[in-house]
Amino acid sequence: MTQRFERSLDIKNGRVDMTHGSGGRAMAQLIDQLFAKAFDNPALAEGNDQARLAIPAAGRLAFSTDSYVISPLFFAGGDIGSLAVHGTVNDVALSGAKPLWLSAGFILEEGFPLADLERIVTSMAKAAQECGVQIVTGDTKVVEKGKADGVFINTAGVGLIAEGVDLSVHNIRAGDAIIVSGTLGDHGVAVMAQREGLVFDEPVLSDSAALNGLIDNMIKSGVAIHALRDPTRGGLATSLNEMARAAGVGMRLNEAAIPVRASVRGVCEILGLDPLYIANEGKLIAFCPVAQAQTLLTAMKGHEHGREAAIIGEVVEDDHAFVEMTTTLGGQRMVDWLAGEQLPRIC
Amino acid sequence: MKYIDEFRDSGLAQKLAAAIKNEAQGARPAAQPFRFMEFCGGHTHAIFRFGLPDLLPPEIKMIHGPGCPVCVLPMAKIDAAIQLAQRYPLTLCTYGDMMRVPGGQRLSLLKAKAAGADVRMVLSPHDAVMLAKDNPSREVVFFAIGFETTTPPTAVIVKQAQALGLKNFSVFCNHVLTPPALKWLLEASAEGADGVPPSDGFVGPSHVSAIIGTRPYEIAATAYGKPVVITGFEPLDVLQAILMLVRQVKAGRAVVENEYARAVTAEGNVKAQALMAEVFDLRDTFEWRGLGWIPHSALKLKDAYGAFDAEKRFALEPSTAKENPACQCPAILRGAKSPEECKLFGTVCTPENPIGACMVSSEGGCAACYSYGRRKDE
Ligand code: SF4
Repeated sequence: MTQRFERSLDIKNGRVDMTHGSGGRAMAQLIDQLFAKAFDNPALAEGNDQARLAIPAAGRLAFSTDSYVISPLFFAGGDIGSLAVHGTVNDVALSGAKPLWLSAGFILEEGFPLADLERIVTSMAKAAQECGVQIVTGDTKVVEKGKADGVFINTAGVGLIAEGVDLSVHNIRAGDAIIVSGTLGDHGVAVMAQREGLVFDEPVLSDSAALNGLIDNMIKSGVAIHALRDPTRGGLATSLNEMARAAGVGMRLNEAAIPVRASVRGVCEILGLDPLYIANEGKLIAFCPVAQAQTLLTAMKGHEHGREAAIIGEVVEDDHAFVEMTTTLGGQRMVDWLAGEQLPRIC
Repeated sequence: MKYIDEFRDSGLAQKLAAAIKNEAQGARPAAQPFRFMEFCGGHTHAIFRFGLPDLLPPEIKMIHGPGCPVCVLPMAKIDAAIQLAQRYPLTLCTYGDMMRVPGGQRLSLLKAKAAGADVRMVLSPHDAVMLAKDNPSREVVFFAIGFETTTPPTAVIVKQAQALGLKNFSVFCNHVLTPPALKWLLEASAEGADGVPPSDGFVGPSHVSAIIGTRPYEIAATAYGKPVVITGFEPLDVLQAILMLVRQVKAGRAVVENEYARAVTAEGNVKAQALMAEVFDLRDTFEWRGLGWIPHSALKLKDAYGAFDAEKRFALEPSTAKENPACQCPAILRGAKSPEECKLFGTVCTPENPIGACMVSSEGGCAACYSYGRRKDE
């Protein structure tokens, strides 16, 4: 579809202004020349207010949404665009579904450089392509300068759960092994380092990644996976506490088995933070019967996003739903819910 | 990992634990364990986080001391900060933990912020000066708290503000000094006053000592006959310090030993001390939560830097707030009680809904005990 516009968008030097959200020509221009071009797919090209989609097979739909507000917008190993795709793709895929379609809603702050917006949109398109989903519908709003932080993105995702696949926190039971797909805390530390201008010999990269490929491998292994979860905000500790409470079980972790990059541990030590509470964007936690844990681990290690997977503990019976841990020194401790934000120590 | 793993080696920890047990066993009647106070909240945190109580024999009892900078600030000071932020059109900057500490009427800086006050969390005081520089029409106040560790950075920003000629920046100075608090504890413990338990020795602060050196602690050994072992925040450091303390007590010795020689010297950081002396004067007296008024235990800005002193720039009414009478923070900070002895612990008072400061800061005794120390069989 070609449209006549008086001028094309000045991506290099232009900035978002209020007209880009007004519903008029400038907005059409932005959508056509930036979003539709980058996300190009048949459903979007129809140009309707909704995407009309044929459901490819029998099964159940998985549907999830998340909003992305992150500072800085660009960080080592990713940006808000790829994050907005990976995050929602993961939320859909963790149900065992094959993610198919995404929506993308943008809230733009007046004055935001179009060049940065293009970078974000291109990165979203690339991320979507890499994980095999299409961005089929979207929305743009512009708010006055000072009323937002550059760009906020909301994505919603839909996927198809094949017959017979049932992953849910309620399947978790005593005797399950707890497996993580790799090192913890990379994303949170990468973002924090960038925000605080910390410089390291060995830079910490965000682990932002789509996990649907890894999950596919895991399901194909034939192991009776009970539940999956991605430990994003609040990190491993918060996710495990949520799951323990929902499933009415306790968990026992082995600190020595939990993979954490040396550089991440170093940063955490300096700032007085605990890597167990730091956000991840490309990691998952899996629960399956202990007897099948090795098989699942092997399947995970066969995928690039599961190379450093490890069995880190076990589900136990406990009405308190406590998550406890044997420390590297052999002592016991609670791994509690995070209260408020995790903050660097003062002393 | 270099510099960390070597202080968390489980084999070494087991060996140290065995050595402590070996030294302690039979040395005292069962009802009279060795009682050591870790002065510093960083040690309290490490003890709980690494599950060290499980490694220690029953002959060793650790008492948690007042060394958490957030916890020792009295409620009146929190109220003063809230008053500053609410009454004046200014931006109040402070460290994150301070935002959640309840003041009077259960208000906190975080709640004041939600109600419209301009309160910002900063990771470094430098951010506060930069905020003032970038917003010349806005008054910016840095709510400065902490021991000797956070004091030099505050001195640096005061000088920076002066060099930049800032007219819109000031510091609400609440820096306190550790040696007077230690002396208070030594006296109270010698007299058994205020329920302060007698202690056999002290695990001395690490980061603070890196600044002030080991000398200021010698008075504990010379005047009060109590050994002090300065040590780091790593679990093996703490275990090693406990072993050194047991050995001193058994041998009837009392000296200041330095387990943390990798960072601490007898003189400390002379440059930082000079900087502090240049910018700050001693206050005649200052109130500590739990310990009360201690003479010469806190700092204020020198007159030469009076232009940057928030107390001089803004009129503050004294707070009449009363602590929740059920909160045992004062007794906990003195080492007179343990967190579980507080009726509110874990029920009314949790990290999500803290009643006292000890439940707020991750270095507070109640928070460390609640977050790491609960057991399902209890
Ligand atoms: S548990 Fe809460 S109320 Fe009790 S002493 Fe600790 S902080 Fe105060």
